[in-house]
Amino acid sequence: MTAAIRRWPVLVALCVAALFMVVPFLIVAVNAVKSPAEYSRNGPLSLPRGLYLDGLKDFWQRVDYGQKLVNSVLISGSVAVLAAVLSVLNAYAIGIGRIKGRTWVLAFFVLANVLPQEALVYPVYYLSKQAGLYDTRLSVIIVFTVIQAAFGTYLLSSVLGQFPREIIEAARIDGANKWQVLWRIVVPVSRPTIGVLLVFFFIWTWNEFLLPLVMLISNDNQTVSVALGVLQGQRLMDATMTNAAALLGVLPAIVFFLVFQRTLTRGIAVGAVK
Amino acid sequence: MTITVEGGGRVTGRHDPAAHPRRPRTSYVLFLLPGALAFLAVIVVPFLMNTYVGFTDWQGVGSPKWSGLANYRRLLDDSEFWASFRHSLFMVVAMAAVPTAVGLVLAAALFDYVGKHFGSRIVAVLRACFYLPQVLPIAVAGIVWSWILAPDNGSLNALLKAIGLGSWQQDWLGDPDIALYSVMGVMVWVQLGFPLVVFMAGLQRVDPQLYEAAELDGAGWWRRFWHITLPQIRPEINVVLTWCTIAALKVFGAVYVLTKGGPGGATDVPSYFSFTTFFEKTQVGYGATISTVLTVIILVLALAGLGLQTRAEDAEEGGRT
Repeated sequence: MTAAIRRWPVLVALCVAALFMVVPFLIVAVNAVKSPAEYSRNGPLSLPRGLYLDGLKDFWQRVDYGQKLVNSVLISGSVAVLAAVLSVLNAYAIGIGRIKGRTWVLAFFVLANVLPQEALVYPVYYLSKQAGLYDTRLSVIIVFTVIQAAFGTYLLSSVLGQFPREIIEAARIDGANKWQVLWRIVVPVSRPTIGVLLVFFFIWTWNEFLLPLVMLISNDNQTVSVALGVLQGQRLMDATMTNAAALLGVLPAIVFFLVFQRTLTRGIAVGAVK
Repeated sequence: MTITVEGGGRVTGRHDPAAHPRRPRTSYVLFLLPGALAFLAVIVVPFLMNTYVGFTDWQGVGSPKWSGLANYRRLLDDSEFWASFRHSLFMVVAMAAVPTAVGLVLAAALFDYVGKHFGSRIVAVLRACFYLPQVLPIAVAGIVWSWILAPDNGSLNALLKAIGLGSWQQDWLGDPDIALYSVMGVMVWVQLGFPLVVFMAGLQRVDPQLYEAAELDGAGWWRRFWHITLPQIRPEINVVLTWCTIAALKVFGAVYVLTKGGPGGATDVPSYFSFTTFFEKTQVGYGATISTVLTVIILVLALAGLGLQTRAEDAEEGGRT
């Protein structure tokens, strides 16, 4: 009995803490559907009287949000796929091929991932201008493919390093070459890890801010994160529109979260518990 | 970020070259070729360029003029840089120290108390709540919070007024004495979910018999937490601290969206400082110096963290065999 009494306060405290984490989301959702008049009359804490969607619609049109979503999906999707392919190729050479000096190669990839983007941003900006790639989605895709692949190489190499050798030896004896072993055996068997990488690459690239901010200046190329961040920096919006922006920015993240929750938490588990 | 605890050196195991004297090794190198070329173009060359530019006087047009250590000397005397660097240490507290400490207690409480007595569904829901801010783009988190913390009509001030604490109202992001702490609070909120989820994953590895034995011996929750949970998930704690510290030193988006380094530089951090030096002041040489110094600090920390990790793992393995 006393034990039961002691348990409840812990649960209640945890629930309060959890509530504190999600309150900002709720309060944004509530205020995004208020009219400016209602907002200024009743403040941010009142419940909305009705559903006022003009703020959302205005904001959508003003920043051409559909285009931003397309850009973000295009960039993040391309990066996820390309970086996964690059990671697989690198990790195949390191984890299965056990190439000479692999420890150093791997250390190099880790450092490349840890490097602050500030140390790359100006040369990347300058070089992309020289190459005629500045303000193109392709430039961002190339850069993030490489940065994400650095992490992917690290994770996949350790997974492939423990790949059962017998399977590969057997395939070799049956006459499969290295390329066939990679695509017919290694990739299908490692599919769960590759799936985790795809999800993380997609979300990380979606959330990136500094490089896209520098590289994508024209409206037609901007990602969701950059468009919202720049608008916020200019402080041109009223409270309702700010909330509309916030809600439209939050929604994709929540969708990813609901769709990928298991992958996300399993991914962290795969990474950290190894 | 996720992390593998595994050190680089042990990834592929031992290979005895004498066993397969004639197997050609070169063809596997071919698979590394696209990655190596891409890395050369996107990471190595820009990084070397940046380091070089740090030793020059350059406005981004014309050719850079070699100036030796002039930028570094300037950096040493630049109070603005040191202020931004000091703020970085505050960010380390907000993004690494506090989330790790709080995340540990929360993870242990969720795992131990809630998981055992209320079931895994509630655990999953609570964990999801704590993790949610982690999937949010930092730009969006910035919008949400700068509105909540707005001086007039912001939710926090409205809430304080509503519960009769009107005198506590502040211009949370606009007051130079408070802004840094406000940003820190936001970063704790952003960051907390990551250590929590890593620690909960780590706890699943711990042998439940340890806890049962301790409980039989009459050890209370805090004793078990201190003597079992903490030592058992030390690898996870090392990893989380290393990576969160690195993330804290790199923090840019939050500062850009919340305060733009203001008011009056009160929340400036090195990454934002180098960004403005590059693109607003167009002192590209000096900006490159700042980012080079930041890189060195981060790489040293990363290597120290990885080294600590491998040593801890080796010690653990030595103990086991």
